[in-house]
Amino acid sequence: MTFLRVTLFSLAVLLAYTLFANILPQVQSNPPAEEEIELGSLDRAGQIAWGERLFSGKGTCTLCHNKLGRAPDMLAMDLAEELRSRIEDPRYTGAAKGLEEAEAFEVYLRESMLEPSVYVVPGFGKKGTQDRESPMPRVDVPPISLTPTEIDALIAFLQDRAGVEITVPLPAAGTTAAAEAGADGEEEAPATTPEEVIDRYGCAACHDLDGSGADLGPPLAGIGARLDREALRRAILDPDAEVAPGYEPGLMPGDFGEQMRASELEILLDYLAGLDGGEPKP
Amino acid sequence: MKWRLLLCGLAAVGLAVVLPHFGLAAEDPGAPAPSPTAADYPRIAGMTGRPVVWALAQMHLFLAAFVLAVPMFVVAIELTGVLTRDERYDRMAHEFMKISMAAYAFTALTGGALALALFLFYPVLMGYLLRVFDGQVLIYALLFILESLLLYVYFYTWNALRYGDRKWIHLSIGVLLNAVGTTLMFVANAWATFMMAPSGVDEAGTPLGSVWAAMQGPLWNPLNLHRFLANIAYGGAIVGAYAAYRFLAARTAEERAHYDWMGYTANFIAILGFLPLPFAGYWLMAEIYAYSQQMGITAMGGVLAWLFIIQAVLIGSILLAANYYLWCGLMRTEGGRRFVPWVKYIAAVLVAGFLVWVTPHTLILTPQEVLAIGGTNHPLLGPLGIMPAKNTAVNMMLLATFLSFQLFRRASRTPTVPWAWIGNCVIAALYLAATLNIVGAGIYGYVTPTVYKVGASVPQVLSTLAVIVFALVIEAFMYRGAVTRPVAWGRMSTRSQYALFVLPVAFTWLMALMGYIRSSVRTYWHVYTIMKDRSPDAYIPTIGEAGNFITVITLVFMAVIVFIFWLSQVGDTRQQAPAAEGGR
Repeated sequence: MTFLRVTLFSLAVLLAYTLFANILPQVQSNPPAEEEIELGSLDRAGQIAWGERLFSGKGTCTLCHNKLGRAPDMLAMDLAEELRSRIEDPRYTGAAKGLEEAEAFEVYLRESMLEPSVYVVPGFGKKGTQDRESPMPRVDVPPISLTPTEIDALIAFLQDRAGVEITVPLPAAGTTAAAEAGADGEEEAPATTPEEVIDRYGCAACHDLDGSGADLGPPLAGIGARLDREALRRAILDPDAEVAPGYEPGLMPGDFGEQMRASELEILLDYLAGLDGGEPKP
Repeated sequence: MKWRLLLCGLAAVGLAVVLPHFGLAAEDPGAPAPSPTAADYPRIAGMTGRPVVWALAQMHLFLAAFVLAVPMFVVAIELTGVLTRDERYDRMAHEFMKISMAAYAFTALTGGALALALFLFYPVLMGYLLRVFDGQVLIYALLFILESLLLYVYFYTWNALRYGDRKWIHLSIGVLLNAVGTTLMFVANAWATFMMAPSGVDEAGTPLGSVWAAMQGPLWNPLNLHRFLANIAYGGAIVGAYAAYRFLAARTAEERAHYDWMGYTANFIAILGFLPLPFAGYWLMAEIYAYSQQMGITAMGGVLAWLFIIQAVLIGSILLAANYYLWCGLMRTEGGRRFVPWVKYIAAVLVAGFLVWVTPHTLILTPQEVLAIGGTNHPLLGPLGIMPAKNTAVNMMLLATFLSFQLFRRASRTPTVPWAWIGNCVIAALYLAATLNIVGAGIYGYVTPTVYKVGASVPQVLSTLAVIVFALVIEAFMYRGAVTRPVAWGRMSTRSQYALFVLPVAFTWLMALMGYIRSSVRTYWHVYTIMKDRSPDAYIPTIGEAGNFITVITLVFMAVIVFIFWLSQVGDTRQQAPAAEGGR
């Protein structure tokens, strides 16, 4: 009897911990997929858009450059003014000094990604180094491993945000981003069914789908009746551009454009467009 | 039974060490880290490697933590018995060892199975690690054999080397056993920390020729300390459950008294190991941040952040259970009753600390709730979700726990030194100063840049440690020649014993959870920044998936532990001899 009581008590404690783990937000973190971009076909707008996706995706910049104060929030500041003041700072001894503005920005940004400790923004250095050493990792080596064209795309995105002329070259024709990444570009096979896509990207963790009960995002039942195919595409690739009433912006990851294969996106769009609940489309 | 299991374990370890050398003999020792492809991860019986290796590794770690910890406090208890000339300590130490012995064979068995599973499922990774650590693997095997020999000699010579000078020989064997066991653990830790923060190799993973450099990664010593302390706490919790079970099943008052005392000692050991554990955790996390801010943020502020809320629940329940047990223990002595009114205040601090610790930064809300409070952070409770509040809460909880422990110790003793009141005033002042410092540093954490927030936790930790160390030293002198009151061992409620079952369940779950976090911070790398994981399992599972898996492993471990308890008990029983023919 004692044994039974002790066993049941221990099981109850164990069950409580398990239940708690299951009611918290469920997120599966997958390895980043390499984007298959035909580099030669990129125009300037495409390069900037790619840079933006790298900023929040593979580059993992938003892990620290956000409103939590781990690193300067580059998307919230007046970037041109900030870059100007940094380059003019007497503590800055890098190669951007004395150059014409757009070129100086390019040199400074590249330098900050490849040699982050050349200039450390006051208050953001490693503890005990008096802002002489940056905690930022180099972006061209693992684990980030951005390629030269990816770094160019990031610079193009940031130069665009700063409102200066974009000075980095467009990528050369004939290669793809994945190929340029070499062996590291290897990735898992693309999903081939809507269920696989939904499972891989965790849609049902936030959206109610087939009774998943999640309500961080709008329910997907009848979504095809509420949004046409292009609106659905925008909602996936740029979720904060237009947020459904009653829902918080910033919750849906903005890097699905980078994570998803084109074929996966089309499969998902086909599926969602078909969820029309039998109602006529607007 | 035990010998057979041990032999199986030894054979498995031997095979695991020797077999890979046949396949890897041709590999260039100066080559960079290999880059495995999806084809390098075999499926066996339809299973991928991760669930098998995860389950075996965790099971091995549970058992290894237990069998490494028990001899540590057993030697301390044995020494206490020698110094106090109290035979009870010696009997208890021997009983602890009996439980540990039964567990040792299972440890070897799971260790061998783990090694084999690793080589079968991850041959490329293991080939590379073997190349980096080279002959160190053989040193590990030798240490394991030495550990086994010393353990068996230590246990089986217990009665032969019981008194006089021989006892000191026995104690020396115990110390040697612990030295070898700890070294064994440190060697194995080096493999785990190499995978998290590689050293002794160049950027491409080419070994630079020094195994010692590969071992001395930035996370090695923090992990060594963390596991060393955690093992003690864990071992104490497991034997505490054993004592509690025997207490509940006891049929005589003498038996109840013995197992009550054993349970108290085990709880004391668990708390002793547990109190400094958060500080070792801070050190480990600080070194992770220093090595790679990205890795630190992945753990504390990224996809794994919610796990620290579960950690808070687990540690909160450990502290509440341990304190509850101590409070119940106040009733064992007449002197303890005077401290009962204090309990509600200590409980209030613990509950308040627990609530702060468990408050998440970002709440799980419905869209309507998000609109109602204007975001996912609660305007009033949101600030409690960040580190300064949590550091303050955990330090206050540790201080409260130490106070409970102090009250229990004082319950049975009255100091006789004339300066006792001064000593009490100094201790009270220490508590007050530490509280002010902890709360003050917590507030400072809100107004300082992020990089200094972690730094603000250092004075908090030092304050808590200072109270523990100085109060213990002052009391050691203050209670010399103190008047002691009899302790009514066995006078404990049945309910109190269940607190001793919460500890091992929570500790086991917590260890597995921390193992999952430690492993997950590598994200999709086998060896961080050097060797990518391209297996189908190269993703971080959801908290629910991990939680369910951890529960299954914990259940299996609990079943093994119950079997081990039964084994150690059945060894004491003797079947009655059948009556002689003529006696009929």
